[in-house]
Amino acid sequence: MAKQHVTTTVNGDQVEFLCTTEQTLLDVLRDELYLTGSKEGCASGDCGACSVMLDGRLVCACLVLGAEAEGRKVETIEGMAKGDVLHPLQQKFLEHAALQCGICTPGVLIAAKALLEKKPDPTETEVRYWLAGNLCRCTGYDKIVRAVMDAAAVMRTA
Amino acid sequence: MRSAIRRMEQSAISRHNAQIDQEEKALEMDYRTPGTASEAAALLAANDGAFVLAGGTDLLVKLRAGFVAPRIVVDLKQIPRLRGIEHDARGWRIGAATACAEIGEHAAFLAAWPGVVEGLQLIGSTQIQGRATLGGNLCNASPAADSVPALIAAGAVCEVAGEGSEREVPVECIITGPGRTSLARGEFIMGFRLPDPQPRSGDAYLRFIPRTEMDIAVVGVGVALVLDAQGLCTHARVGLGAVAPTPLLVAEAAKALIGTRVDDAALKALAAAASAACKPIDDKRGTIAYRIKVAGVLARRSAKNALDRATKK
Repeated sequence: MAKQHVTTTVNGDQVEFLCTTEQTLLDVLRDELYLTGSKEGCASGDCGACSVMLDGRLVCACLVLGAEAEGRKVETIEGMAKGDVLHPLQQKFLEHAALQCGICTPGVLIAAKALLEKKPDPTETEVRYWLAGNLCRCTGYDKIVRAVMDAAAVMRTA
Repeated sequence: MRSAIRRMEQSAISRHNAQIDQEEKALEMDYRTPGTASEAAALLAANDGAFVLAGGTDLLVKLRAGFVAPRIVVDLKQIPRLRGIEHDARGWRIGAATACAEIGEHAAFLAAWPGVVEGLQLIGSTQIQGRATLGGNLCNASPAADSVPALIAAGAVCEVAGEGSEREVPVECIITGPGRTSLARGEFIMGFRLPDPQPRSGDAYLRFIPRTEMDIAVVGVGVALVLDAQGLCTHARVGLGAVAPTPLLVAEAAKALIGTRVDDAALKALAAAASAACKPIDDKRGTIAYRIKVAGVLARRSAKNALDRATKK
């Protein structure tokens, strides 16, 4: 059958693409729109490396069909920095060395941003539970949690 | 001679290509977004290999793993009645395709049925809850589904739509075995009905997993109870998960509470009844003996939480 024609908004820009039913939103972002910041770790919703916002809700792009994006609003890591100005979370991840290989980082940043928008002053426990769906095999999480807490403090005074 | 061989080769190639075309056609999957329940029921009834898509957190994993090969994916999320949380004269209604994260954020529903919210907030990660739905958690029909024992305890009823039909079915009557439901071809769940909680009532859900987050229940227990003005339990329901081929409504466990002050003796009887109802499997997450024991412990703790809530309402 013919491919699905989908019109959606990605990081504020209206985009159109064609996809087959089995192509996930992650496949579409990476292979059709060339937004390769979102990573494929497990392709089964366990690792969070493909975390994106869909209509303001944190989801795994690997568990959304590309066709489901019709008329919706998608936000990815590519929209996080404003030009050359990094988001406070990105800045703090650099300062705290909260990444090593970097595969999990786009997903962690998107998930952390979603948390701080909902809860600007989270406890460490809340950060750890919120990010339980983002697996990192390098850092041991401590640096990530510290970077998120520090960014939250900076954003509260901004 | 050469041209004859070439013709034979070409015909073999075209046969081969036709075969590939046919195989690809067999693998092609249609995607449909019906706008009404009757349209959805008709699609599901008329097509072999039609699969329902709600949150996709089970379907897309099975699809990727090759466990299912749908011909048509029927996305139910464009049907207005499947989305949202409402309150009316009959109590609460939750659209079957409402994301669990949305339900958890609903302050009034959380106040009414905190145990149900405890259950659905244990389904996967933040990301999973952004998509996962109560309809999907139920119809995936896992014995360990976290929202199901709490919904059973709460007395939730499903609105089931089919071709030209609508019926109401208690949650405990939907799952018939691992991965199997009592829904007929063409049927799907539109929403869940929960009554307004009575005065001096409370519900709670607890599950046991070997870590603190992101795991499948070894045992899950939902308890809902109602007290009278003197503090005697007048009504109770107990739902058990992950200890049998299906989640269970355990009448004997409820009987252990009714007519008591939910004191230590009643809690002990409740634990014994919950353990006695278990028919679990041995697997890497827990042995039979362990699951039976833990079901009793969790039933007691869950009932205590429900009691605390009931005394505060």
